[in-house]
Parts: sequence; C-alpha cells; structure tokens
Amino acid sequence: MNVSLEPSRLAPADMMRASLIGLRTRRLRSILSGLGIVIGIAAMVGVLGLSESSKSDLLAQLDQLGTNMLRIEAGSGIGIGTGELPEDSTAMVSRVGPVEQVASISEVESSVYRTDLVPEGQTGGITVKAVDANLLATLQGQMASGIFLDEAASDLPVVVLGSVAAERLGVTDGAGGTVVWLGNEWFSVVGVMDTLDLSPDLDRAALVSYSTAEEFLDHDGVPSTIYVRSDPDDIDAVRSVLPATVNPENPDEVEVTRPSDALEAKEAADQAFTNLLLGLGAVALLVGGVGIANVMVISVLERRGEIGLRRALGATKGHISIQFLGESLILATLGGLGGVALGSAVTAAYAWSQGWDVLIPTVAVVGGLSAALIIGVVAGLYPAMRAARVSPTEALRTL
Amino acid sequence: MSPTASTSTPTTPVPINERTVLALSNVTKSYPGTPPVHAIRGLDLDIRAGELVAIVGPSGSGKSTLLHVIGTLDRATSGTVSVAGYDVDDLNDKQLSSLRSRHIGFVFQQFFLLAGETALDNVADGLLYTGMALSHRRVLAKQALDQVGLAHRMSHEATKLSGGERQRVAIARALIGSPDIILADEPTGNLDSKSGEDVVRLIENLNADGTTIVVITHDHEIAARFPRRVSLLDGRIVEDTRLVETGGMQ
Ligand SMILES: Nc1ncnc2c1ncn2[C@@H]1O[C@H](COP(=O)(O)OP(=O)(O)O)[C@@H](O)[C@H]1O
Ligand SMILES: [Mg+2]
Repeated sequence: MNVSLEPSRLAPADMMRASLIGLRTRRLRSILSGLGIVIGIAAMVGVLGLSESSKSDLLAQLDQLGTNMLRIEAGSGIGIGTGELPEDSTAMVSRVGPVEQVASISEVESSVYRTDLVPEGQTGGITVKAVDANLLATLQGQMASGIFLDEAASDLPVVVLGSVAAERLGVTDGAGGTVVWLGNEWFSVVGVMDTLDLSPDLDRAALVSYSTAEEFLDHDGVPSTIYVRSDPDDIDAVRSVLPATVNPENPDEVEVTRPSDALEAKEAADQAFTNLLLGLGAVALLVGGVGIANVMVISVLERRGEIGLRRALGATKGHISIQFLGESLILATLGGLGGVALGSAVTAAYAWSQGWDVLIPTVAVVGGLSAALIIGVVAGLYPAMRAARVSPTEALRTL
Repeated sequence: MSPTASTSTPTTPVPINERTVLALSNVTKSYPGTPPVHAIRGLDLDIRAGELVAIVGPSGSGKSTLLHVIGTLDRATSGTVSVAGYDVDDLNDKQLSSLRSRHIGFVFQQFFLLAGETALDNVADGLLYTGMALSHRRVLAKQALDQVGLAHRMSHEATKLSGGERQRVAIARALIGSPDIILADEPTGNLDSKSGEDVVRLIENLNADGTTIVVITHDHEIAARFPRRVSLLDGRIVEDTRLVETGGMQ
C-alpha cells in the first residue's frame, strides 16, 4: 500500500536561516570565535597590501631614477688603489659609445661649519665635494630650493647642500643667501638638493664646483667617483668595459656598481620579512579555525535538544550536518570579510601616511576569502559530523 | 462503525474512520547492554484515523520508547510497524525523515521551541523539512496558531511566552500541515495544573475536529478523560479500553 514518499527537503533560504540561528542567539561568542579569522586574514591582506604598495612605490621610484646609471669608484679593498681614479678618467669614460652623461665627484679635504665660531672638527659628518655642473642632471635629482652649481658661478665661493647637510647646518632655504664657513672662507649657499635616493652620500655633502675648489680650497681635482648614464640597452656592455677604460693598467682597482641594484636588494629583503609576516598570518588563521571548531563542538553539545527536534520535524542527518557546516562557513566568511576590510583599512591608512599609492592586491582579497572559506569548511566538518550523529531519541529524552 | 479489536465495545465521541494510521504487530525494543533492557516486549496496537489515545503507565514502563518507535525516531528490534500506510521496515533513514516531515507531528514535555524566533516561525518550522517556501508555511502557521488560540501571540518570541502558551505553540507546530497522527510525550509534564488543563482541553478540541492524537502520560486523571486508554507495564500492554459514552452512538 506504499505510495512513493517524497524526500524531505530544506529550501536553500531555510538552510541559510537555520545556519544563522546559532549566530543570532549566541552573538558574542560567535564574534569572539570569528576574531581569529579576522586577525589572520587582516594580517595577510595587510602584509600583502603593504608590500605591494611599497613595491609599486619602489618601481615608480626606479622608473623615475632609471636603472641605467652606473657608479665608478676606486676599489676600496685592502691593499689596492689609492682611493682615487686616474685624472683623465672622466674624459676616457665619455668616449665610450653608449655613454650619454658623465659627471664626476672629487673629495675635498675641507670642512664646512655654520659659522667661523664652531670649533674645528665638529663637522656634523658633512663632507665637502667638488662636482661637475651636470651632476644633478646625471643623477636625475631635484632641487628643494635654490639652484645647482652652474657654469656662470663656477669660480665664485658658492655651495650647494645635500638635504641632510642643509638640515645640520640649519639652512632651510637654499635661495635665502645664507652663508656658511667652508675652508677659511665664507661661502654663499645657492641651493639645497632634495634627497637623492641613488646616492645617499651626497645628502650629507656640501658641493662646490671644480674651479671653486681649485681657487678657494686648493684642491687638485682628481675624481674619486664618476656617475655614468648609459643607453639602457647597452648598460651591461658599458659596465664591462668601464674598468679597463678608466684604468687600463689596473682594471681590478676600479669598482663599477649600479646604485639601483641596492634599492632592488632592499626590496628583496622586504620580501623575506613579508613572507615571515604571511607565515604569522597563516598561524593566526589556523588558530582561528581551531577556535571556530571548538566553539562549534560546544554548540553541538548545547543544542542537542534542537537537533533532536529537527530530526523529529523530518530533518535528515544530512540536513543537520549542512546546518552546522553552514554555520561554521558563515562564521568564517564573516571573519574573512571583516579581515579583508580591516587589512585593507590598515593598508590604506599606512600607504596614505607614506604617500604611496594604495594597492590592495586582488590575490590577497580573493586568497584571504578563499582561505576563510576553506577554514570554515574544515573547522565545521567535525562538529557537523558530531551533530549528524546525535541520536534523536537520546537528544529528546534530555531535559 | 465496525469495532476494533479491543476489550470493550467501541464507542467514541467522534466517528472513527476505517483508515488505520498506526499498526504495531508483535513489536519489541531492546537496548543492548549487560543485561540488555527489554523496553518493549511484544506489543500489538492499532490506531485509526480520528482516535484520541492515552498511553499510560508508570515511569520506566516503556512509554517514551514506544512513542519513539511509533514516531519512527527509532526502529523496533522486531515486529512490524506501519505508520500512515507505510511499512517502516521498507523505508530507509531518509524516507523515515520524510515520513516524519509530512505525516507525523510531535509534541514534547520540554516544548523544544527555537530561541530567537517568533511563535509564528516556530510553528512554520513544523513544515520546514518539506521544502515548502517560508511565505507559504507562514500562512499555514497563522491558521494553526489560530486553532490553538494564540493568533495574538504570533510575533512574540516563542521562548518568552508562558509555559502553557509555549506548549500551545508546540502543538500548533505539530498540527501544521495536518499530519496523519500527532504524538505527544507528557505534554502537561512541565505545566501547572491550570495550563495543563488548557492544553488537555485543546487536545480534545483538536481531536473533535478530526485530528488523530496519541498522548503519553503518567497522569491517570487525564488518561481517564480520553476516549481510549492503553496501559503499559514493563513494556507490555496490560489494558486497552475505549470509553463508552453514555447516550452516545452505540
Ligand atoms: N537508550 C537507552 N538505553 C538503555 N536503556 C534505555 C534507553 N532508553 C530507555 N531505556 C530503558 O528502557 C526502559 C523504558 O524507558 P522509557 O521508554 O523512557 O519509559 P517511560 O517513558 O515510560 O518512563 C527504562 O527501563 C529505561 O531505563
Ligand atoms: Mg518517558
């Protein structure tokens, strides 16, 4: 006499509602249990976002400064070289085909002070250098104020300060006609440079022209450093011929470096730190997952009566496990969304404070949410299985 | 009216249908253990559509076990159970769930209402696992609440109602969708006598409207009021009597 029995069904909307009951009735506990996920995802999104934002800043910086600059120095190893390059180095380098710009720097044995009253020796770490007039252009640097050393003023007692040097000498405005005590002479400050990312040593220097150095500071003009801009396509070739060009007899005593490599190396170091933080974020996620599983197991024990009732109302074991799995999934997803929001906010705030472009990588958002979903499922599996195995008769007997 | 197999002449206040909604034949239920507990020992019981049956017996006599077997929440150790025309042995667990969702209503001593839900939605949950849309279930739930006289409590949170009201909400939840049979396990067990009396009267009224109801109770006073009384002792039926209504149809 059996007519076919339609299977019991749970509409998707009702499934969702059932899964939300635990969250609605145990709000504080749910929030606390989701917190681990929030923190874990926020850490990962924040770390990835910040590293991406800083990287994009660096790329922009590299783009602006160019990677086609080379720096030539006298080798500084033990027992080699004099710390000086051959006198005609600059001219030799200019003759290399793809070289577009050459500017040299020469160390001047002198010191600069704010006034003539400052005791000798208190230089504040500021060096004096004689430089070519096209140095700033070669470095693609900018003036913060005033002008760079130009040909017209090449034999007057004028000086341009690096950003740190200016600060230490108390010069705020390069165009303000301030004077400083350099060598045994008053020099007028005509300009202050912006920070130079590719040659930070110049930030702490006072720059004069070669002719000024010769006239007022009794300087011989032998270069110690040469900056070269080359055709970007030939940079490697240029790099390899430079030592022999500069010092054909002892090419080993010449050191050629690419300053932009240092910035890239710094980025690589940052990457290692990023990976460490990502690892910590993953640990927080794991702990968050365990937290959810723990809360869910307790919830299953507390809600045995409800489980028994639902079985009496026609729920299959599958319906019960789906409900608890859904609850865990919702908890983790909310945690994931909260984490993405928090991580993005932190990234945005920090990037903004650093003047970077805000970059929240899609991979962080998608990855963070997927991680949350996976954790939700994994954390919910065991509690869901426990819930499905609750015997309805025993659950309904309990008072 | 044909008499059912019972000890006394069948006469009931409402006409009893020919249709059997529940048939137990030589049913036993044992719980494994050392020694095993034989909660039900060879039990035959037929309940027809429209009946109101009290199952009475002292604590431990097997009443709840019997209700769970009838309600398909548990399977008998031996014997046959058929509910609403379905032989329970022929059905797998999923089909039993389905049977419960459409054909059996439950009322429990502890109410088992869901916290954080209104009375209306608790009643609507009675058809939750039929897959019927919530909007439709709410319409039926409203009617069921009306039937138990709680239409005015519809949007109150169910677990915050008084005990008697809570049990009436639970009865409405069992009632919704007009199941073939409603099984109530000690429905007045947690209520004061006034609320208990209201609930018993509600059950009588619902039965008068045609609902088949089995009430488990250890309260002989309540059992005595019902048209049919099945007494259990140590897992066996010791008495199955139908009330002869004086002046009723003979
Ligand atoms: N899950 C179980 N395991 C073992 N024994 C049980 C179990 N459930 C009930 N019993 C035993 O079965 C007997 C009948 O119990 P029950 O049906 O709850 O009786 P009642 O509802 O009449 O008080 C009792 O002796 C009880 O201890
Ligand atoms: Mg009992």
